[in-house]
Amino acid sequence: MSRAEAGAEAVRVEDTAIRKPSPLWTFGLFRSELLTTFRRWRTIALLAVLAAVPILIGIAIKIETRDGSTAGGGGGEGPAFISQITNNGLFLVFTALAATLPFFLPMAIGVIAGDAIAGEANAGTLRYLLVAPAGRTRLLLTKYATTMTFCLVATLVVALSALTVGALLFPLGELTTISGTRISFTEGLGRAFLIALVVAASLIGVAALGLFVSTLTNSGIAAMATTVGLLITIQILDQIPQLHALQPYFFSHYWLSFADLMRDPVYWDDLVRNLGLQGLYAAVFGSAAWARFTAKDITA
Amino acid sequence: MEERSAEGTDPSVAGTASASAEGTVIATRALTKRFRGGQLAVDGLDLTVPAGSVFGFLGPNGSGKTTTIRMLMGLIEPTSGTARVLGQPMPRATRAVLPHVGALIEGPALYGFLSGRDNLLRYDAADPTADPRTRRTRVAAALDRVGLTAAAGKKAKAYSLGMKQRLGLAAALLQPRRLLVLDEPTNGLDPQGMREIRSLVRELASDGTTVFLSSHLLDEIEQVCTHAAVMAQGRLITQGPVAELAAGARGRLVVTTPDPGDAARVLKEQGVADLVVTETGVSAEPPDRELAELNAALVTAGVRVRGFGVERASLEDAFVALTGEGFDVAG
Repeated sequence: MSRAEAGAEAVRVEDTAIRKPSPLWTFGLFRSELLTTFRRWRTIALLAVLAAVPILIGIAIKIETRDGSTAGGGGGEGPAFISQITNNGLFLVFTALAATLPFFLPMAIGVIAGDAIAGEANAGTLRYLLVAPAGRTRLLLTKYATTMTFCLVATLVVALSALTVGALLFPLGELTTISGTRISFTEGLGRAFLIALVVAASLIGVAALGLFVSTLTNSGIAAMATTVGLLITIQILDQIPQLHALQPYFFSHYWLSFADLMRDPVYWDDLVRNLGLQGLYAAVFGSAAWARFTAKDITA
Repeated sequence: MEERSAEGTDPSVAGTASASAEGTVIATRALTKRFRGGQLAVDGLDLTVPAGSVFGFLGPNGSGKTTTIRMLMGLIEPTSGTARVLGQPMPRATRAVLPHVGALIEGPALYGFLSGRDNLLRYDAADPTADPRTRRTRVAAALDRVGLTAAAGKKAKAYSLGMKQRLGLAAALLQPRRLLVLDEPTNGLDPQGMREIRSLVRELASDGTTVFLSSHLLDEIEQVCTHAAVMAQGRLITQGPVAELAAGARGRLVVTTPDPGDAARVLKEQGVADLVVTETGVSAEPPDRELAELNAALVTAGVRVRGFGVERASLEDAFVALTGEGFDVAG
């Protein structure tokens, strides 16, 4: 075919264009992605497990303190918040987030992020999304946005479940911060919401890592297992004193800094370090995922 | 062989002479794909698909058909060579080209936990040119076209293979397309389903859509295609109008008789070459003379002739003539 013919063809492609893509279509894809993710049985199950954690903690504490003893039994050795739950149900929110952040929450994120691309490749649906054509960069961004949404939803599920159980089983009211000052219940509620946001943001790093792993394989299960495996490895390495120099770069290192939001005044240093580190992970692994996915041969 | 097929469309589809009647819909030059393992999947392919044709892409399993289709759809980057679809280079112009292309690649892929209708809604949402306001109407129309309206609300995991295949086809028909790429579209379908797909393909072609149909079934290609290309072991063996390909191979003279031995002797005396004796008769290369004389000679010699005639060469004969081997040889 001559160049002239090629040119004529090219013009025709535009002439017969069915419709100019609306700048908003990416949101249509995002909406479809959200619907697809949250209608998956697996997603619902993960959220149900997360919602069950505060219920179990709440009931356990209620039973333990039935005779009037304080929770955490061993005299102040338990988590910072747990002994306060019997005085104020709101503390169940902090306790539940502290209990789920090291493992349950990132594991759920690992499953969703690991499955994001690899799961579609495994099912073969990836090739049809790409010939639709969804566009590789847009599809990846949509997947990342959906994973982030899941981070937020998962954290809020834990927080709301804890708040409900806390309100049902224990009294609510003014609360004492870690620093010993007293704040009103409304302000406490505001801080709880802020903490939930920070916890959700703490998961950005795992989400980016999971998405990158997801672009490396065509097996959703392998990607999920790798991501969760990395999570556990990092958590273990973070406990080894000899690795002291490396630990500030582990994505989980500053996770529990969210408790600093319960100080009065708030101690920001570690919170900022945490958010900066998550941003770094998002940038590094987000770029790696993009570089890999846009150059990848889709053979599945 | 490029020149032959590059010049315009088969007259039988000239009725579709709309905007796309002239020109080339798919053109590849020296298209090559070597996978990382070193395996050469596609080797210097020069493929030309004329607009308006129903183009059969033939080859045994493993001959490189699917890799070629994936390169045409921008899913796989060629190692070397170029591919142009609708006049634009692939995979660079995927965004401009693919909204005009409906594709069924290596069988359907569905979200099992979504209903058939929701699967189509999802695929349509992935197309930037698809109007969300008409989405439901277009999905309903596509479901109707492949006969799935009644099962539209059922979860896709409960679908039979044939129903999945139909849903995959429906996804390719969500928008008016200029090119349909159908990779083994009748896989898993019963004979009735195969007939329906064939008539659907003919119907689409008569609307002016170019159909690129890959198959390992020769008779399927022969029944619906105007043009064909044959691949084996990553190489293009031939391409052109189906009638010309079949004409390349000569027909066979077939004599049905309970006396094959006598028949063969008589035919040999008459100078007929390439005799093959079977239980039911004799076949041979048809000579360039009046066949009635041969028949008379047979009857005169006392051979009980029950059938006498020349069988038209099939695409399979053409394939055997081209490759010197059977079609079922795996690459």
